[in-house]
Amino acid sequence: MAVKVFAPWDNPDEKPLIRFENVTKKFGDFVAIDNLTLDIFEREFFALLGPSGCGKTTMMRLLAGFEAPTSGKIELGGQNIVPVPPNKRAVNMMFQSYALFPHLTVWENIAFGLKREGMEKDKLNARVEQMLKLTRLERFAKRKPHQISGGQRQRVALARSLAKAPKLLLLDEPLGALDKKLREATQFELMDIQEKTGTTFVIVTHDQEEAMTVASRVAVMDEGQIIQVATPDRIYETPNSVYVADFIGDVNIVEGKAAPLEENQVRIDWAEGQPPLVCTATQPFDPGQTCYLAIRPEKVMITAERPEGADNAVQGKIHDIAYLGNISTYHVQLSNGTIIKAQSANTRRIARRSFTWEDPVWLSWTATAGVLLAR
Amino acid sequence: MRRFLLIAIPFGWLLALFLVPFFIVVKISLSDVAVSIPPYVPQFSWETGIGTFLRDLDFENFVFLTTDSLYWKSYVGSLVIAVISTFLTLLIGYPIAYGMARAPEEWRATLMMLIILPFWTSFLIRIYAWMGILSREGLLNQFLMWTGVISEPLTILNTNYAVYIGIIYAYLPFMVLPIYSALDRMDTSLIEAAEDLGCSRLTAFWLVTVPLSRNGIIAGCFLVFIPALGEFVIPSLLGGSGTLMIGKVLWEEFSSNRDWPLASAVAVVLLLILVVPIVLFQRNQQKQQEAEQ
Amino acid sequence: MNRLSWFNAVSLTLGFAFLYIPMIILVTYSFNESKLVTVWAGFSTKWYGELMGNEAFLSAAWTTLKVAVASSTMATVLGTMAAYILVRAGRFPGRTLFSGMIYAPLVMPEVITGLSLLLLFIGVGLDRGVTTIVLAHTTFTMCYVSVVVSSRLATFDQSLEEAALDLGCSRAEAFRLVTLPIIAPAVISGWLLAFTLSLDDLVIASFTTGPSATTLPIKIFSAVRLGVSPEINALSTIMIGIVTVGVITASLITKQNMVRQRRDEQAAARTQ
Repeated sequence: MAVKVFAPWDNPDEKPLIRFENVTKKFGDFVAIDNLTLDIFEREFFALLGPSGCGKTTMMRLLAGFEAPTSGKIELGGQNIVPVPPNKRAVNMMFQSYALFPHLTVWENIAFGLKREGMEKDKLNARVEQMLKLTRLERFAKRKPHQISGGQRQRVALARSLAKAPKLLLLDEPLGALDKKLREATQFELMDIQEKTGTTFVIVTHDQEEAMTVASRVAVMDEGQIIQVATPDRIYETPNSVYVADFIGDVNIVEGKAAPLEENQVRIDWAEGQPPLVCTATQPFDPGQTCYLAIRPEKVMITAERPEGADNAVQGKIHDIAYLGNISTYHVQLSNGTIIKAQSANTRRIARRSFTWEDPVWLSWTATAGVLLAR
Repeated sequence: MRRFLLIAIPFGWLLALFLVPFFIVVKISLSDVAVSIPPYVPQFSWETGIGTFLRDLDFENFVFLTTDSLYWKSYVGSLVIAVISTFLTLLIGYPIAYGMARAPEEWRATLMMLIILPFWTSFLIRIYAWMGILSREGLLNQFLMWTGVISEPLTILNTNYAVYIGIIYAYLPFMVLPIYSALDRMDTSLIEAAEDLGCSRLTAFWLVTVPLSRNGIIAGCFLVFIPALGEFVIPSLLGGSGTLMIGKVLWEEFSSNRDWPLASAVAVVLLLILVVPIVLFQRNQQKQQEAEQ
Repeated sequence: MNRLSWFNAVSLTLGFAFLYIPMIILVTYSFNESKLVTVWAGFSTKWYGELMGNEAFLSAAWTTLKVAVASSTMATVLGTMAAYILVRAGRFPGRTLFSGMIYAPLVMPEVITGLSLLLLFIGVGLDRGVTTIVLAHTTFTMCYVSVVVSSRLATFDQSLEEAALDLGCSRAEAFRLVTLPIIAPAVISGWLLAFTLSLDDLVIASFTTGPSATTLPIKIFSAVRLGVSPEINALSTIMIGIVTVGVITASLITKQNMVRQRRDEQAAARTQ
């Protein structure tokens, strides 16, 4: 049976729900958003990921209507929303601080937006009850925000912003204030609620793991520009730049000069006295062009003997071992001083693990294990 | 439009009832006293035009202020009294603030309330309370004679001493509160660190506590000095005929002599004297705010 | 650290004795039988009786109360607006002048404020009386209100207002439904401060009043200039009593609220 994959971004006929068109936002001399163009589709769970100050929060505030772009157009469902004030937009926001009204109960907080709409009483009651049920807050309806825990507050904020059934829900670091355990549980809860309500979610986060877990697509941002937009697996497996590769997860970057071989194969000459590396490239490289080989530690094999028939193999000795429980990361120093990280799963008990400090080892990987990048 | 109205209402109010009156004072200070209603000339009128009006203004009143010794003595007197009483208030207020900041946590709210409480009670009544205590047959003299410290009653009321006591008493909370809040914020482990590094208790206090409460001390001193300089109630109730303070002189010039132009000139000069400490005070507050951010 | 050293204990005792003994003496002598305030001649409440029969004092008290209620209410409205402008309105022409005019009256000697307002009222031909005192008091107390309210607004989480806008409020609705209820305690303390300052004011009221209106401080001042009198002691005792009860009640309510809030928060943390 063919499973229909949710991927509207691959369908050229699909109309986007949100379209940023050459949007620039300046605060004085500071350029927060730099000529940015982006489409977000209906029912997507879209993550804006980047370090603080990269412009991701500004993007969100532009969508909510708290900031107006200096130039460019923002469309929602085909309509330019730049002149629409925040209280007239079919967009709701969940604030980083939650911004729960401290003088109102949980119930009143959730009903707040519906009352502004002038919804009639019965319908309003039913809607609030529905939201309370969705977020499992029925027991806390009569409490004030300071009388509930952090995780419950987070759910109230979510319920309040979903109550008006917005076309688009914006979430500004929604899990930032929760501790790690609760954050992980809540991530799945968020995905569940997104699926149930069918609302388009745009989430802002600086936590790459969170973005990878919840999002259908991730946009990696830096200095007001989007570096790459793709699904989490593509962002991880085929980053388009060193910046993205480095930002998401752990990675070894080897800088060298390209020497194209036949059939997309590229030889990388990278250090005196080290054997050249081979990589299958997804883009053409000129001879002598500077290139970067990005390879994830878990794709590097670590062995005591030189492996037979490996595309790439280098020798070094173990400089450091980081034991993380389920996996171990070995920092292996090559003879020219370069350190390459290799990861292996600890399927055996610690006493039977084979490598220790200063052991000479071989690192090897296939030609398709890494990604060759031009920048 | 709404935003314009929101700004315009309080802005307009302050312009009309704070800034404009102030310019009227400046203008009248340049006029001459006359037997009329209102008792000064020139009056501005459209018939004579603004040229004649401006020509009749002069600095005569200000010249008079420098020639009549009553006035400059009052300015100097106010300054001296304000400086001395500010210093005395600091001497008394600092130990109180220090004691409050080092008191057990659960007492502090109560102590704070006890410091603020007098502020809410009538200023006039608090000054009045001292009249019964300081007079020749008052309770202080009775007490001192009973203990045998003195044999003849002291004359305190209607002297500058009574004025000092009144100012210290009235403005003590203004000195204690900023110092207390500076000391309260201070990390006590700093003192421990200083002692650990070889300071004695006293040197630790002098080298760590005092510099760290400096902003509180400065704020407290200005909060006492500025109102003390223009004080009227305290010198007129507790001071004597020898107490020359400019607030009192201004009041008398105005209500008894009805010389409005001269009273206005006195006010203008007083304000000029106050500008320096006010600007310094604002700068200190601003610096402190920036430091906190 | 949690025990007072002898030095701190002594300075606190002496300091608070200095602050409170004069008032205690004042209150005690209001119950003195003798007309002489300095000689104790037995307990009596007769001065309170005389005070209650004194028409002049009663009408002055009534005038003062009217002035205080009217001016502090106006000052609260204007001061809250001014605070909102200072904290939220961003840049506008004359902003520096505006904030200067908010802070200047706080440090302006009362004699100057009084004199300048009087000259204004005469200049525009306004009859001096209750109206002029109310205008004068509103002007100088609104600045205190705005300082109290703006310090609360400065710590106010602005995303609460944004959340209200996001949920469909206009700016005015967001202020009425969210901002105002949250800053209400500051607005109330601003009102109380303005009210007390107005009740207390002698100098500005003396300058701006006319023969038709006499406030209590003016009355007290003209009485005490002639010397100490037990009737004034009785009046002072009543005023001190009201303030003490008020301040203690207010601080008890605040303390109770804080305790309740802390308890709620602890309970909430446990339900996690």
